[in-house]
Amino acid sequence: MRPRHTTALAWLLLLPALVLLSAFTYWPMAASLWRSLHMEAPGVPPTFVGGEQLAALVDDPVFRQALRNNLWYAAVTVPLSVGLALGMALWVNGKFAGRGLMRLAFFTPTILPMVAAANVWLFFYAPDIGLLNRALAAFGVAGPNWLGDTATALPAVMVVTVWKEAGFFMIFYLAALQSLSPDQLDAARLEAPSRWFRFRHVVWPLVAPTTLFVAVNALINAVKLVDHLFVLTRGGPSNASTLLLYHLYEAAFKFHDTGYAATLTLVLLALLAACSAGQFFLSRRIHYR
Amino acid sequence: MTRLHRFLMPFAGWTLALLWITPLLLLAWGSIHPGAGAMQLDPFAPVGLDNFRAAWRVAPFARYLLNTVALVTLLVALQFTVCTLAAYALARLPFRGRGLVFALVLLQLMVMPEVLISENYLVVARLGLIDHVLGIALPYVSSAFGIFLLRQAFLMVPQELEDAARVEGLGRLALLWRVYIPLARPTYLAYALVSISYHWNNFLWPLVVTNTEASRPVTVGMALFASPETGVDWGVLSAGTLLSVGPLLIAFLLFQRQFMQSFMNAGLK
Repeated sequence: MRPRHTTALAWLLLLPALVLLSAFTYWPMAASLWRSLHMEAPGVPPTFVGGEQLAALVDDPVFRQALRNNLWYAAVTVPLSVGLALGMALWVNGKFAGRGLMRLAFFTPTILPMVAAANVWLFFYAPDIGLLNRALAAFGVAGPNWLGDTATALPAVMVVTVWKEAGFFMIFYLAALQSLSPDQLDAARLEAPSRWFRFRHVVWPLVAPTTLFVAVNALINAVKLVDHLFVLTRGGPSNASTLLLYHLYEAAFKFHDTGYAATLTLVLLALLAACSAGQFFLSRRIHYR
Repeated sequence: MTRLHRFLMPFAGWTLALLWITPLLLLAWGSIHPGAGAMQLDPFAPVGLDNFRAAWRVAPFARYLLNTVALVTLLVALQFTVCTLAAYALARLPFRGRGLVFALVLLQLMVMPEVLISENYLVVARLGLIDHVLGIALPYVSSAFGIFLLRQAFLMVPQELEDAARVEGLGRLALLWRVYIPLARPTYLAYALVSISYHWNNFLWPLVVTNTEASRPVTVGMALFASPETGVDWGVLSAGTLLSVGPLLIAFLLFQRQFMQSFMNAGLK
């Protein structure tokens, strides 16, 4: 086949993918940028306002709260899910009776939709009849209204996230642990009798690429997964548990403020870009070591 | 020390495992204990399927499940088609600008449809696809993840195989259909399992683009069902939740190994 035909065929095959990517990725990105730079109102032509909407967004106390919440949410759920995932993988990697059962216990929550996970946890958090408060009452402690108190709402949401995610990340660690060569581990066993030393100086460095992969995915989920908020708290009370994407949903579909939503979209895109850039630089460091 | 260790580590592991599965056991418990029994952990409380019947009456779960099945089937079919064609071009057809196109495709790995809901809604509205299953599916059809995975699989096919097939007189497209796609079958399986579990569970975008039960998938139906306004009690809520996750959960329990393997392969790239 002649090269010109090959080129034509290649573009033809790529056409459906590129059309869809244009409609649902490139165009929405460009449109968000345009909309955040222009003020739109019904009946009047849009006017260019530059960074005004961005400035207004940054000044908005609800946005600040959502950003602060999201940073806390990521700072707690990412290390906790990743650490637990590694622990789980180390446990189920050994040979013992009931290993399959333990693996199943850790992994099953990840098969559920986040909304279902949230439904399940309502049972724990309900103020009077919830399991947590009934357990506390047995010790004579009056438990808080977990989802209705500004101090506990966000931590309660975090627990659900970690419960749902840790088992998923476990399987990547499991794959990494199973790919370690037995010789390497035997040598380490002879050299270093202490389990902790072996973990710290042999296993941990060897699974570093997995840790990076898993941590970046956990971080991305902290930005793009807010389904449980719809069931658990709806961002409340008084925005104590709202996250950026949930705030975006409310701006776009509850208050129909497309300019604000577009500007917030850009902020989220910038955050995701920062995640990717961080991953890129860290992965080069890890793989070259 | 080691002896203590030998006892302590499994103990801690099983405690964590029990802790992890407890919420699901409670869900199962709640679903089969009607009325007040759902919240009480009394082993002698009456058992029955009333909760399932009530859940089935309160919300059109059959319709929701049907919509989800339709969505997932349509989406995987479209993803397979679109991603296969693009991946083949990117893996096996030399042309100018290939690197640039690949980079543009990979951009979607970073820019997920989830954060573009506001503008994507307007695009789907302009296409007249609000409240249609196709409208839920479209933003996810051209998946960078799928293109990447399949391109990877096509690159692994040895050149000699292609050369041999071309000596037989196979054209480019026949080659794709007769050689590349059959050889990439494990990748298709892995991708399908990952995609099915993702979209069976997807919530935010379907919530945004659906208005009626004509297109609502089961996750959205479940969230409406769980909202306080419906006034269902814990038992009925558990039964409804189990009904919604049941099919995927059963599929997972039956094909555990394949599921976990797929996620591993897909993640390790």
